[in-house]
Amino acid sequence: MAAKEHLLSSVQMANFAADGLLVFHDLVPDAINREVMSELDEKRINFGYEPQGQPLENLWRDSKGIGAVIRMPQVQGIIESLVGPDCLYDHHCPHRVSPGHIEGQIWHADAIIDVRQHFDIQLFYYPHVTPREMGGTMFLPGSQFRRIHESDIGRYQNFVGQLPIVCKAGTLVVGHHGLWHCAQPNLTDKLRYMFKIRLNPTVRQLLLWNTSDLDDPQIPGILFRNHKWYGNDDRLEYANRIKFWRFLTGNERYDANYWLTRIENMPERVAAA
Amino acid sequence: MPNLRQKILILYSGTPDLRSGIGAWAIYDGTGKEHHTTGDSDTPPYNSVLAAMHDGWRVIQFPQQFPAYPGMELTTSYLRFEHILEKMEEVGDGS
Repeated sequence: MAAKEHLLSSVQMANFAADGLLVFHDLVPDAINREVMSELDEKRINFGYEPQGQPLENLWRDSKGIGAVIRMPQVQGIIESLVGPDCLYDHHCPHRVSPGHIEGQIWHADAIIDVRQHFDIQLFYYPHVTPREMGGTMFLPGSQFRRIHESDIGRYQNFVGQLPIVCKAGTLVVGHHGLWHCAQPNLTDKLRYMFKIRLNPTVRQLLLWNTSDLDDPQIPGILFRNHKWYGNDDRLEYANRIKFWRFLTGNERYDANYWLTRIENMPERVAAA
Repeated sequence: MPNLRQKILILYSGTPDLRSGIGAWAIYDGTGKEHHTTGDSDTPPYNSVLAAMHDGWRVIQFPQQFPAYPGMELTTSYLRFEHILEKMEEVGDGS
């Protein structure tokens, strides 16, 4: 069980609802990053999938690299805040982009079209410094609720507000399963790594984080963050975030700026004559 | 005979108004002179579809508009206001 001080706050959860991701720059210590690089370079970590659907805690128990990352109290706090205790390993993949690779991967969301309110998370871990000319992963904040199937969005190339992960070693991104992303070209002469792990919840994702700031007045504003690529769909995205916040908090009456309350108002009371 | 190739510019506008701002874009160059890929620019090449038309791009497809399917009114998916534009460019003789 993660200690309370390592759980996410309600404000961070609201940011996750608005953006579909959280970025933790420079989170993993250098000693662990170096050990991960050693594990990857020497292939001491299985590059193929481990048996899927097993408890995450079963994996990499003796690893001082990837295993140590997963066991970090801060990482445990992030995981438990989003998918709860006893989460399952879905799959992992050490992604590699070769030196001099000039093509960006096409935009996609992983797996298949997936419209659950219950959600998986993916950890994107960058064990070495990643300047822009090396990539890293490009994310599209606010794309997580779009109902698309994998690479059906492959015609798109650029969006206002797209977010390339340019980072120091040890940066961790946690994303909603529906988040759009693509690997970026690597114009350097070095191999680029990004280690990804997908995790499934085994409990209802209800108030799993540190909720002491649940009534923080910033939250409605965060849920109404506009991503400039939305255009006229922005209000629909706000409605979807309100629904997601209701799911996360169990408060089926939650609203912000009256958007859902208005369209749910269907009074049946007959006025007195 | 001119030896022409097609360049395609796809602009995703914020509303069906051709003067509205651009939220996403893509370029596919049939002349082979330009290489485009994901994430290769942070600002759209034009501020609107109309601005691209002023620069000589021909709109060859407008987005059609449909009412939401019942039950899907709040659902978001693909970018809805996709405008496809083209230019024909000379690529030299006989190639």
